[in-house]
Amino acid sequence: MAKRIDVKDLDIYYGDFKAVEGVTLTVEPRSVTAFIGPSGCGKSTVLRTLNRMHEVIPGGRVDGTVTLDDQDLYAASMDPVAVRRTVGMVFQRPNPFPTMSIRDNVAAGLKLNGIKNKKTLDEVVERSLQGANLWNEVKDRLDKPGAGLSGGQQQRLCIARAIAVDPQVLLMDEPCSALDPISTLAIEDLINDLKSQYTVVIVTHNMQQAARVSDQTAFFNLKATGEPGRLVEVADTQKIFSNPSEKATEDYISGRFG
Amino acid sequence: MPTITGRSAVDELPSADGRPPLEADTATTGRLGDRIFGGLAMGSGILVITLVALVGLFLVAQAVPSLLNNNANFLTSREWVPSGADPRFGIVDLLWATIITSILAMLIAVPLGVAVALFITQYAPQWLSKPAATLVDLLAAVPSIVYGFWGLKIAGDYFKPVAEATSSVLGWIPFFRWDGTPSAKSTLAFAGIILAVMILPIVTAISREVFAQVPITHKEGALALGATKWEMIRVAVLPFGKPGIISAAMLGLGRALGETLAVTLLLSALNTSDAFSFSVFGGGETFASRIANDAGEFDSAQKTGAYIAAGLVLFILTFIVNAAARVVIERRKAFSE
Repeated sequence: MAKRIDVKDLDIYYGDFKAVEGVTLTVEPRSVTAFIGPSGCGKSTVLRTLNRMHEVIPGGRVDGTVTLDDQDLYAASMDPVAVRRTVGMVFQRPNPFPTMSIRDNVAAGLKLNGIKNKKTLDEVVERSLQGANLWNEVKDRLDKPGAGLSGGQQQRLCIARAIAVDPQVLLMDEPCSALDPISTLAIEDLINDLKSQYTVVIVTHNMQQAARVSDQTAFFNLKATGEPGRLVEVADTQKIFSNPSEKATEDYISGRFG
Repeated sequence: MPTITGRSAVDELPSADGRPPLEADTATTGRLGDRIFGGLAMGSGILVITLVALVGLFLVAQAVPSLLNNNANFLTSREWVPSGADPRFGIVDLLWATIITSILAMLIAVPLGVAVALFITQYAPQWLSKPAATLVDLLAAVPSIVYGFWGLKIAGDYFKPVAEATSSVLGWIPFFRWDGTPSAKSTLAFAGIILAVMILPIVTAISREVFAQVPITHKEGALALGATKWEMIRVAVLPFGKPGIISAAMLGLGRALGETLAVTLLLSALNTSDAFSFSVFGGGETFASRIANDAGEFDSAQKTGAYIAAGLVLFILTFIVNAAARVVIERRKAFSE
């Protein structure tokens, strides 16, 4: 199920503006990779190229290659819709569909895939909610609106929605930045569990979080103001936080940045 | 406990010393500006409510004596002899013409308006969507007499072949029967089409406003699940916009029900001696066009009262439509925030 991601010489543009340049990194299957770095350095942009979500923004395009095992995500024959069905995504702000019940939120992706059998749907809804550590909290109110849950529950609902379609990879764009510490802890525990089945890439502003949840950490930074963002260093999380090779990384993680 | 709104959850609980919870709006500071503005706002509110109540009262007071003198059934009779020693009048023809033209207009304008709004907000490139939106807003401001005249002098001639084709294929259904009279542009069907053209910009403009407000996070949530553009619209945009579409439809319907000039120009009145026809290719008069057509004849209180009674039915009709829309919106409220 989980797949390996290879990014090679990736340049990302919005129209004529080069947002990120020269990213090369590998994400092993069944591992958690954290993207850290200051705001505006392009880490979310890189994340969004992994399921072609950056193309939603007008003018978004890339040079270079992203492959999932041996599949080129940017091959001419590749449909972005198909890419997004294999690479799921969880956003910064919990975004359950407000007009749908909890059950329908989780089943939304399956329904898009044309699965209508009620028994199958019910099974997947239960399995996904259990996978997202939410089942016990919502099993008695599956028909209530998803927007009525707390922020942390909503975010886990979004994770359940993302894993319901059995993605190969799960991308998380600052999934805890809108949550309180208890909810954050619940999500971090969940990321640890998800690792056994999925390849996870997470963008975070919280360096402790990166240190706690990830196996590998990538540090992004701007060369200078107005210049494109770039990948400074990628290595095992332990190495990044104890003995980084680059001075910039050390400055950033020790808080001496800028 | 003071908050920025002056109320908080704590206000709902009795305090420790047994004081009952606060009832009044504690946001008022009692300063002069607050008191003036509060008074003005309350005064405006009272004024509007009083005006509406007085209008209703006036309609009822004028209509009731005429209705009491009416020797025919007001709701089911097709006659319209509102004065004289034996006044006989009923509204069934008017009700039919009003409802059928409005429903036709809705059937055409709502799906089309929603589609145009979706195109402008979701599909059109930026350089096109701005001017297109402005154009639609401009169309909404065109006076209805212009549409009526355009229908009468230009579009009406093109409707004849359409009416002929429809009635020759579907003429076996009473609803579409047409024997060539009245002329194509004087039929209910054509009036409905002109009404549709007239309310299309309103439906489009309001739907567009709502669709443009769909949060980007909802749209991205759908796209990230592997939704195609159309699926994204179905999952994220349409459900979010549904109350807006209903409001748009109701505003359009309100205008269609009450539209006077364009309909008066177009429709050919029926003789009450003609047999009642269910066909959309029949003539007729709506409430508004009947009142406008006969406006010169309000010479006696009895006669005027009959027309006012008809107007009252139109008033009630729009009221029911709006209430129904409210119910639909309220019922899904928990799922729309």
